[in-house]
Amino acid sequence: MPTFTLADLNRVIQEGAGRDGNADWDSDVLDQPFSDLGYDSLALLETASRVEREFGARIADDVATELRTPRSFVDHVNHLLGAASARP
Amino acid sequence: MSAPTVTTGRAAAGPGSGTAVVTGLGVLAPNGLGVADYWSATLAGRSGLGRLTRFDPSQYPAQLAGEVSGFDAGAHIPGRLMAQTDPMTRLALAAAEWALADAGVDPAAQPEFGMGVVTASASGGFDFGHRELEKLWSKGPEHVSVYQSFAWFYAVNTGQISIRHGMRGPTGVLVGDQAGGLDAVAQARRQVRKGVGLVVTGGVDSCLCPWGWVGQVAGGRLSTRTDPARAYLPFDADATGYVPGEGGAILILEEAGAAARRGVPVYGTVAGYAATFDPRPGSGREPGLRRAAELALADAGVAADDVDVVFADAAGLPALDRAEAEAIGAVFRTRRRPVPVTAPKTMTGRLYSGGAPLDLVAALLAIRDGVIPPTVHVSRLGPGIDIDLVRGAARETPVRTALVLARGYGGFNSATVLTSAEKGP
Repeated sequence: MPTFTLADLNRVIQEGAGRDGNADWDSDVLDQPFSDLGYDSLALLETASRVEREFGARIADDVATELRTPRSFVDHVNHLLGAASARP
Repeated sequence: MSAPTVTTGRAAAGPGSGTAVVTGLGVLAPNGLGVADYWSATLAGRSGLGRLTRFDPSQYPAQLAGEVSGFDAGAHIPGRLMAQTDPMTRLALAAAEWALADAGVDPAAQPEFGMGVVTASASGGFDFGHRELEKLWSKGPEHVSVYQSFAWFYAVNTGQISIRHGMRGPTGVLVGDQAGGLDAVAQARRQVRKGVGLVVTGGVDSCLCPWGWVGQVAGGRLSTRTDPARAYLPFDADATGYVPGEGGAILILEEAGAAARRGVPVYGTVAGYAATFDPRPGSGREPGLRRAAELALADAGVAADDVDVVFADAAGLPALDRAEAEAIGAVFRTRRRPVPVTAPKTMTGRLYSGGAPLDLVAALLAIRDGVIPPTVHVSRLGPGIDIDLVRGAARETPVRTALVLARGYGGFNSATVLTSAEKGP
């Protein structure tokens, strides 16, 4: 089953929305709100668009902007990927 | 700065007068990064014009530009802003930061609704748009960045400066090609008169990408010469167009009393302004530049005899140069000695919305230092052009009052009068 990890999100969000400084995320950020990490709803839309292109998981726009933390984002993408791969 | 201002009368200077003074300058120009670099290059007559390096211009009829060089955007702009900004916005953010530092302002310590931002923009962020359009037609709409929604937009420099420094007072953007730079500073002055404590204003443009370049070429006014010393020759008999550039200036405007209470040095006063629009092409009626200049002088309460220097629009096209020379001649017809005229933009190229704010900076520094920067490369004035153009070397002379002129493609004319702070409005 395909999986989407925090490291994937870390890379994609940096590519699409940039990062202040070069530090990579560690597991401490999992439950921090995106707003505290410096990412607004547009950053999440851009990230969702890139995740769809690269991983094939189509995140609806209104869902993308409601994903509050990296954990919820990663979980949602894996849920979509799991649902897709479970289909015949 | 949060204290409400009390209007004590239009002519009164000092606390509460609504007099708008300049307390900070930030410059990124093709011939200098920062005010000190720009000014020393400008006084020395050092040009920043050269062959385009941003892309290969070989296949285009115009190949020269004034590029800002040596600016490491990544060193000045946070990574998250790099992902969502056009080059013009990166330049504007740096200029704003430098201007605030120059004015000794810490925005975080100021009331957020007491600070406004009004900038000019001529074309928006073409470089960013060019890249996203390329993705659109080569890869598909899902590859276009969400930041295209605003990164190209005329108002984006104002918005990004406002967000970055927590400035929630009045904001706006003026679009009027080269004249827009003066219109923005005038709008900032209106806000200061209404009681806004501090306004970040001016203009910074950059349109040096292939898409932006073809638009400028289509305008039909670019010089197609390849020698940087012979391409942009305003008022010269050999004028054939202009060289465009990037960059500009950001100025900090404050109410005079507020600046005095902060105890910061003042570069000068924005004493007068006016804007006019040209009559319909082919009407045979006089263009609006003379009226703009006269109305600005009247607004400032300054007589033609009191003007120490004129910073010309300097279109670089014979008919427009002649029209400007005639307007200057008419405004100053009663003077015994001709007024000195200069065009330091011959060293930077025409910067669109950044051009006139950079001229305001040069005029304020001319007031500070008692020296008029030169017009470079111009050797022989064109037929019908009878002005005292400061050429060759800077001219040392006391400067207390400066008139800055700017015209925009399509009929915009604006004029601004700056006076030394000692002189008052």
